[in-house]
Amino acid sequence: MIWNDEFETLPREAIESLQLKRLQQTVERVNATVPFYRESFRKAGITPGDIKTLADLQKLPFTLKQDMRDNYPYGLFAVPLEQIVRIHASSGTTGKPTVVGYTKRDIDTWAELMARSFVAAGAHKGDVIHNAYGYGLFTGGLGAHYGAEKLGASVIPMSGGNSKKQLMIMQDFGSTVLTCTPSYSLFLAEIAAEEGIDIRELKLKVGIFGAEPWSETMRREIEEKLNLKAIDIYGLSEILGPGVGIECIEAQNGLHIWEDHFIPEIINPDTGEVLAAGEKGELVITTITKEGIPLIRYRTRDITRLSKEPCICGRTHARLERLSGRSDDMLIIRGVNVFPSQIESVLFNIEGVEPHYQLIVERDGNLDTLEVQVEVNEQTFSDEIKVLQGLSSQIRKEIKDLLGVTCIVRLVEPKSITRSEGKAKRVIDNSQ
Amino acid sequence: MKVEQISIFIENKSGRLAEVTRILGEAKVNIRALSLADTSDFGILRLIVDDTDLALRVLKEHHFTVNKTEVIGVEVPDQPGGLCSILEILDKNDINVEYMYAFVERSKGNAVIIFRFDSVDEAIRVLTENKITVLKGERISTL
Repeated sequence: MIWNDEFETLPREAIESLQLKRLQQTVERVNATVPFYRESFRKAGITPGDIKTLADLQKLPFTLKQDMRDNYPYGLFAVPLEQIVRIHASSGTTGKPTVVGYTKRDIDTWAELMARSFVAAGAHKGDVIHNAYGYGLFTGGLGAHYGAEKLGASVIPMSGGNSKKQLMIMQDFGSTVLTCTPSYSLFLAEIAAEEGIDIRELKLKVGIFGAEPWSETMRREIEEKLNLKAIDIYGLSEILGPGVGIECIEAQNGLHIWEDHFIPEIINPDTGEVLAAGEKGELVITTITKEGIPLIRYRTRDITRLSKEPCICGRTHARLERLSGRSDDMLIIRGVNVFPSQIESVLFNIEGVEPHYQLIVERDGNLDTLEVQVEVNEQTFSDEIKVLQGLSSQIRKEIKDLLGVTCIVRLVEPKSITRSEGKAKRVIDNSQ
Repeated sequence: MKVEQISIFIENKSGRLAEVTRILGEAKVNIRALSLADTSDFGILRLIVDDTDLALRVLKEHHFTVNKTEVIGVEVPDQPGGLCSILEILDKNDINVEYMYAFVERSKGNAVIIFRFDSVDEAIRVLTENKITVLKGERISTL
């Protein structure tokens, strides 16, 4: 099923001519209304008139997260505050949050793109959408909510937390679609097991999971434990919130990014140069319909590759490979680049190992050490020391073999790793 | 002939042993024998108690990882060389001892040693053939 047949299946040439027209309008507009862009175009020696083809996009300077911080809170808004109807902000774990503003039309666009995303994930009008993304400054809750209403489904605005109640509502209200972070879905499965609820028997058929990177093995784990199709959704508040891209249920192979609203590019994060189709690098997005806070060549720090190969679902929009992580989530352990999601993959491929883990990075003299904490469960526990030490050394060996990094494996008691109701905190970095 | 033993995974941090014994105490479970095997990161506490199922249940309720294994209790003459005579029998018959520990109480003047084997049935057969007393499970909990 496709929500917006006309736009989601546009031929490539039509997408590109629409992109060019909208890009030119956006560049014109930010040049006229956002002092930051006027100044950065001037420094780069570019005028809006220089954008004659899509390839000319490469002449424009990047926008960084730091630029948003420097213009905190409203400096990058392209419309007067009277036209802004909603303000969201990123969690801002370090320093000030990044602030985004939406006009009425931006909210409508967002709802449209989330409705497309729901349908791509296999949801439809008759579904009961159990929305456990947090409502508030975080874009997840309200973004999914408006999309679900636009679709015409029945949305339950659960927000995060209160897991026992979540399960009761799922049972009693007959929730069919679950939206939350992937780690929270596994936490719900764990609570269900404790409460004697067979979560596999609930009516859930699809889960739309995002806001944190997760591996293919974690997907299989979720699909098995919750008995649903687990769909990956992509978004970031700077660009829109959830609904920038989504996997289609037909292929579950790459996330369609809505190209009539965004222009994606993949660049070499070190040199800034645009990479050829299919190469892996940092995703850069230009918004071409946003009014409140249009962003030119925003560096997402997400590492992926882009494919324009046709998809079996019929959508023509390019696909992002599932994200291995943000470049700022990447750990560098004694010169080896490691994403937490890669360690997750190794762990989940070892029979019986729990989906809850935490990585601790410490600085020991001049060397970084990586400790992987894994919970021991009934399946992996033994009364014999050698069996548990064998498990530790198996984990250590597989991480070494696959990722080339030596780590310390620490087996910990069940439930001792903090469960998250929003974004899971996988890494504790004490090395800074 | 077999005795039920419970094993508990314990992280190497303060207060965990006290927590296990507190939970068992509150459930009125009496510990009959114990051994703690430890590494630098974690330990395995092995217990023989008077009510195995109750102990398992209350520990699980408190989110401990617990399992149940079968061990055997053997009477060992309480004299120099007593344990050696039994270990020699096992060795001669290629039976590997995973671990062992002493029971607090005595049985008919003999010491009692708890053994964990990979091949429990084979061990029982060899020991009884060699006239060594293997204590019945019920007997152990009433010592």
